[in-house]
Amino acid sequence: MSVSNRRILPGFRLSLSFTLLYLTILVLVPLGGCFYKASSLSFIQFKAAVWTQRAQAAYLLTFGASFAAALADTALGLLIAWVLVRYDFPLKRFFDSLIDLPFALPTAVAGLVYSNLYVKKGWLGQFLVPLGIQGAYSRLAIVLVLTFIGLPFVVRTVQPVLESLEAELEEAAACLGATRWQTFTRVIFPPLIPALITGFALSVARGIGEYGSVVFVSGNMPFKTEIAPVLIVQRLEEFAYAEATAIAIVLLGMSFILLGLINYLERRSLGHAG
Amino acid sequence: MQVETHWLKPQGPQRRAQQEPALLRWTLIIAAIGVISVLVIIPIADVFYQAFAGGLGAYWRNLTADADTRHAIGLTLFVTPIAVVLNVVFGVAAAWAITRFKFRGRTVLTTLIDLPFAVSPVVAGLSFVLLFGLSGFFGHWLQDHGLKIIFSWPGIVLATTFVTVPFVARELIPVMDAIGSDEETAAVSLGASGWQMFWRVTVPNIKWGLLYGIILCNARAMGEFGAVYVVSGRITGQTDTMPLRVDKLLQDNTNAGYAASFAVASLLTFLALVTLGIKVVLEQKTRQEIAAAGITETKTVSE
Repeated sequence: MSVSNRRILPGFRLSLSFTLLYLTILVLVPLGGCFYKASSLSFIQFKAAVWTQRAQAAYLLTFGASFAAALADTALGLLIAWVLVRYDFPLKRFFDSLIDLPFALPTAVAGLVYSNLYVKKGWLGQFLVPLGIQGAYSRLAIVLVLTFIGLPFVVRTVQPVLESLEAELEEAAACLGATRWQTFTRVIFPPLIPALITGFALSVARGIGEYGSVVFVSGNMPFKTEIAPVLIVQRLEEFAYAEATAIAIVLLGMSFILLGLINYLERRSLGHAG
Repeated sequence: MQVETHWLKPQGPQRRAQQEPALLRWTLIIAAIGVISVLVIIPIADVFYQAFAGGLGAYWRNLTADADTRHAIGLTLFVTPIAVVLNVVFGVAAAWAITRFKFRGRTVLTTLIDLPFAVSPVVAGLSFVLLFGLSGFFGHWLQDHGLKIIFSWPGIVLATTFVTVPFVARELIPVMDAIGSDEETAAVSLGASGWQMFWRVTVPNIKWGLLYGIILCNARAMGEFGAVYVVSGRITGQTDTMPLRVDKLLQDNTNAGYAASFAVASLLTFLALVTLGIKVVLEQKTRQEIAAAGITETKTVSE
């Protein structure tokens, strides 16, 4: 691919200008509007809006729950990716395709069914609630549903890397007397680390913004199970637009940082300058 | 070992140095199946169990007897195609620009396309309220001209389109990168016009990837909750879409409402399962197309 393509293939100007126009109208102007609205607040007002105790509790929960869920996804995702790539077992294709369900399933449905599963009479709650594990209307509920939402990210980033590992390296390790565990920790695991981190970051990014599923399972109690997006909706319903926007800016900031990190990681692991 | 569903590299037979002892192997397999069951399979089963708990007749009544539920299904079926068509046109244009030409800011553009994916849907909805709501930047102008975007279907279309911007483009970019531009260059060199090349060479080449982009975009558009929640105002019988109707029925706090909520949810779940089914078929087709194009290696290297 080179600059000379521009002379041969048609549509460079048309496609690029349409792309830019579309993104500007649909994405940049609205998000710019957010920043503009927030700039109508003085610094003190902004701080008063985003740094209340209730908001702090919401950030902490949003970030903490996303982080915990992403950690769970990283461990579970590595296990699933490993099993799907390395082993053969009945219905493997079926299980493999189900990994993508969280991409396709509306988040409201996920929230609805997760709350139903983990209440006292639910299929899983009937075993867990007697043990004192509240998997619905609690912080754990938020982590559980975010684990579901983020599961495909780690599996789908690790899977291709695991597939592309060369068998020769493992054979060499075995020939040189390494145990299978040593081979895993020293030969197989290190090249997987960038993919694991990318999957982790994607899963955190998704979790931070998530609204539909969490609102169903959490119970939305201020200071306890109220996440930041719920707080934004609350402020909006009080017609406190500027305050809502200020909190939105904090969330946007977190998302942008993560998006930047993900892009950096993806480019580094692909090893080309783009 | 059979050819895997993922990426384009078929695997050779498993070698002995790569095998774990059978006991460990099966422990890991069972653990993985357990995780998938608890996180994915049991929830799907529960949706359908709850939806059909009252029998087929009750299920059908839950979906069709309530005028508000019918309206919500209708609204979703009206809004989704608009969002999908917009994002297909955008996705094709963006993928064409990004994969066929080199220009400054290409990486930035790719990141920009992913942006809606990282933005919380609630924030997306809020942005549109700030622009078009009554006290928003264009609020007065819209009111003077008798136009309504927020708390009405155009707002729902905007919010849904915003949230699903990346899906078609993200599917097409790797496919078009892998296929390369040789056939298109040949077509143009032999005198085809731009649109002839596009319809006769590009579209047939990317059709399976494009189709998957469309159905994924469709599933996400039908299921969007947070952004639509904010812009729609949730007016029963007017601006409730299917996912909002799931919520509304649940808020009734009655057994009938609960069952009806799961009935609507089961439709959306069915849609998600169909989406996954089509994905499996299309991934195979895409792989065949790229293999048929046969120039994958040289393309990736020259990039």
